[in-house]
Amino acid sequence: MPRIGVVTFPGSLDDRDAQRAVRLAGAEPVALWHGEADLQGVDAVVLPGGFSYGDYLRAGAIARFAPAMSSVVEQAGRGLPVLGICNGFQVLCESGLLPGALTRNAHLHFLNRDQGLSIESTATAWTGGFTPGQQVVVPVKNGEGRYVASEQVLDELEQSGRVVARYTGSNPNGSSRNIAGIANAAGNVVGIMPHPEHAVEDLTGPGTDGLGFFTSVLQVLVTA
Amino acid sequence: MTAVDTVETAASTGDRPQPYADLGLKDDEYAAIHEVLGRRPTQTELAMYSIMWSEHCSYKSSKVHLRQFADLAADLPQAQRERMLVGMGENAGVVDVGEGLAVTFKVESHNHPSYVEPYQGAATGIGGIVRDILTMGARPVLVMDPLRFGDADHPDTRRVLPGIVAGIGGYGNCLGLPNIGGEVVFDPSYQGNPLVNALCLGVMPVDRIQLSAARGIGNVVVLLGAKTGRDGIGGVSVLASATFDADGPARRPSVQVGDPFTEKLLIEACLELYDAKLVEGIQDLGGAGLTCALTETSAAGRSGMRAHLERVPLREASMEPHEVLASESQERMLAIVTPANLPAVLAIAAKWGVIATAIGEVTDGDRLVISWHDEVVVDVPPGSLADDGPVYERPMARPADLDALQGAATPEHPALAELRDLLLRMVASPNLCSRRWVVEQYDRIVLGDTVLAWPEDAGVVRLSEESGLGVALATDGNGRYTRLDPYVGAQLALAEAYRNVAATGAVPIAVTNCLNFGSPEEPEVMWQFAEATRGLADGCRQLGTPVTGGNVSFYNSTAGTAINPTPVIGVLGLFDDVARRTPMGFQDEGESVLLLGDTREELGGSEWAWAEHRHLGGTPPAVDLAREQVLAEVLVAGSRDGMLSSAHDLSDGGLAQALVESSLAKGVGARIVLPAGLTPFVQLFSESAGRAVVSVPRSEELRFTEMCSARGLPIVRIGVTDGTVLDLQDVLQVPLAELREAHEATLPALFGPLAGTPIP
Repeated sequence: MPRIGVVTFPGSLDDRDAQRAVRLAGAEPVALWHGEADLQGVDAVVLPGGFSYGDYLRAGAIARFAPAMSSVVEQAGRGLPVLGICNGFQVLCESGLLPGALTRNAHLHFLNRDQGLSIESTATAWTGGFTPGQQVVVPVKNGEGRYVASEQVLDELEQSGRVVARYTGSNPNGSSRNIAGIANAAGNVVGIMPHPEHAVEDLTGPGTDGLGFFTSVLQVLVTA
Repeated sequence: MTAVDTVETAASTGDRPQPYADLGLKDDEYAAIHEVLGRRPTQTELAMYSIMWSEHCSYKSSKVHLRQFADLAADLPQAQRERMLVGMGENAGVVDVGEGLAVTFKVESHNHPSYVEPYQGAATGIGGIVRDILTMGARPVLVMDPLRFGDADHPDTRRVLPGIVAGIGGYGNCLGLPNIGGEVVFDPSYQGNPLVNALCLGVMPVDRIQLSAARGIGNVVVLLGAKTGRDGIGGVSVLASATFDADGPARRPSVQVGDPFTEKLLIEACLELYDAKLVEGIQDLGGAGLTCALTETSAAGRSGMRAHLERVPLREASMEPHEVLASESQERMLAIVTPANLPAVLAIAAKWGVIATAIGEVTDGDRLVISWHDEVVVDVPPGSLADDGPVYERPMARPADLDALQGAATPEHPALAELRDLLLRMVASPNLCSRRWVVEQYDRIVLGDTVLAWPEDAGVVRLSEESGLGVALATDGNGRYTRLDPYVGAQLALAEAYRNVAATGAVPIAVTNCLNFGSPEEPEVMWQFAEATRGLADGCRQLGTPVTGGNVSFYNSTAGTAINPTPVIGVLGLFDDVARRTPMGFQDEGESVLLLGDTREELGGSEWAWAEHRHLGGTPPAVDLAREQVLAEVLVAGSRDGMLSSAHDLSDGGLAQALVESSLAKGVGARIVLPAGLTPFVQLFSESAGRAVVSVPRSEELRFTEMCSARGLPIVRIGVTDGTVLDLQDVLQVPLAELREAHEATLPALFGPLAGTPIP
């Protein structure tokens, strides 16, 4: 069974939820601690949502210096699949694995609602199981989720097919070009602002659309 | 700066004048302190007595009335009694929920700080109640916020509401606790005195319950968490100003400032300490800070204690001993640990980045002795502070205006042709409109166990993924009803929360409360309080539900006018399997819509009278708790047997509001034929208690109606779910889109647009 690590930083909140999603997708969740550089040989890593270090500086700005992150950055360079959700996405941008930044929502409020998404790229480790243009519903909940980057970077992301998901219906935070998630050039590192781990059971979520992210990476790991 | 006032000095300067009156102590209370100590108190002791004997800490005006809740336990069915693992007296009661798990829950007020500084006041309200739950050994798993504001369109509400909502979200979201429900109510009586109540529930293995008693001579007293600063020092600044020169350092504001990140780390560190069985006793630091924690742990353990105050990590080096003891700096806990376990405790704290400092030890004897460097500044029997404070039987008087209020005639009923416009105005009125603007600022789903949250009748949270074991929680309280009749009003609040929990399919098992009233020094307020507590105790006895804890908030008045008396009642329900939960919204077309219970012409204190006519008068709806029990049994059985597609309780706004909410939830409308008898207006807007609207598949209708009839519960089929229109035949028709627009536009129009921009 593939083993997927979930890193807990001080202030991580959705770490248990990411572990549950990994388990429901059929993999073994492995709890990783921010202070340990050893990733215990996991096959993929999830950086969960939350408020690491309280987000008192910029969201993700301190977590990037964690020993675990040094290992994640290094192994991501060698192809380790990495998914950053919400605060995890912010950490990925701060650590330079993904371009751009997440800033304060345009309306300045924290926002939690079920959000429509369009899956724009299926050429990543975490979205291969979707069909291009597939419409899904996943909850969004953040205060600093507005994706921004220079026009040049945005154009590059679009042209190279690295926009992974876009908001549909309503843009919840003012993100440039309605971008909800992006990938690195190799497609193994994905950052997404909405929370797929909160759409894995009918009982507790708006549906099970979020499971696709976790089953997609299993497909990659099994066939690798 | 004068020298520190030591016990030695106090003994030899008995005639030195002390500012006890400015600290809120009465002459006889000050004399009682002399008697306990056999000398005048030191400055630090005086500060401690003034805090611990304050209304907030001592419950001196409410104690004689709150005894009813403890006495009630003896009258409960044995099964309910056995469920109570910890009763009132500890920080929060603990209830056995089976499968080796227990839950603890409590609601508290943070009203005044939230008016002064809305964001921090509301934020630290969450922080405080979460520590109350943590201190029992539980992992906090949810919060709820019953809120009351002045008129929705009052300029000050525009200042207070957005700050309070942002503060609740800012703190709770950062702690990772889902906010699953609560209330938002507007009424001018709360103008200048909003009510910000906060509820938290936690869960623990039954063998992890922690108590506050400090026992074991030589055990170490460890202060965990944030450094101590001058924030939250209220009345004690009077003392300071008496000892400092006029040009001395400025006093800090009295409102505490929250740091949810530190609280999150404190939670994780404490839970790890509990699991490793490293803690002998623990107490959170809330109101009255170290004063309260040191006295209550030593009093509860019937132990002596020695504390070295200069070891407390400070934010400001210039703090005086009485300030250190009175500070309400947030995010702190006090643990009692054995010397052998101390290194392990410090290591776990370090792992989570939590400051941990040994500040004292449990001693032989029965004195709490506190030193500041080498001088003894406190030497008291801890029980005299924690348990033996003054108790008052305050004078009471039925409000002089009550007969006139109860006798006031109901405004004229509207004609049939006016009902369509009336419905649209009512669903858009501040107390009945959509709360989306508020609750979207709360994380309602973190932890991944939220099964139902706003706008459902009750929040439902799963405790076990394996079995589906879970809880439901609702809070309710109608200040208008309680103003008109405090005994009945309190019972109506209890009945509504009980009904809300049952509507989701959970069995109601325990009650908590937050009693928000005006000044206890006013006889009319005291009468309201006595009547409300009597009503609540009688109601709980009849329903067989224990009161597991609660909180009293007095002095809620502005410019001499008290708020409407507002007992907020929280009811806890239990599910064997949360997969059986019943949502409030119509699910599919073609299902039968049934009205359960009796509708009478009961418009006294109603939302219609208030929203349309600013009228408060008459008597509130009658309460029939036996009927509430039968209704609850039917709703629970209907959920267990899978008969119900939806269930929604009827309360504020009556049948009309319930039908609108059930229709809007999933966009499934209904064709309704109101029964003969009462006028359509009364049937739609009367607020008779003990009622619910359910939808059932045709295949289950007979079985369900027979079950109701067998139990003597009146049931009438009023229509069928259908289309995208709410069609009340021969009365009115409104498309759901029009209803939704009216329902959702109100709060954004007052407080700013909903978040998000449409994507073409």
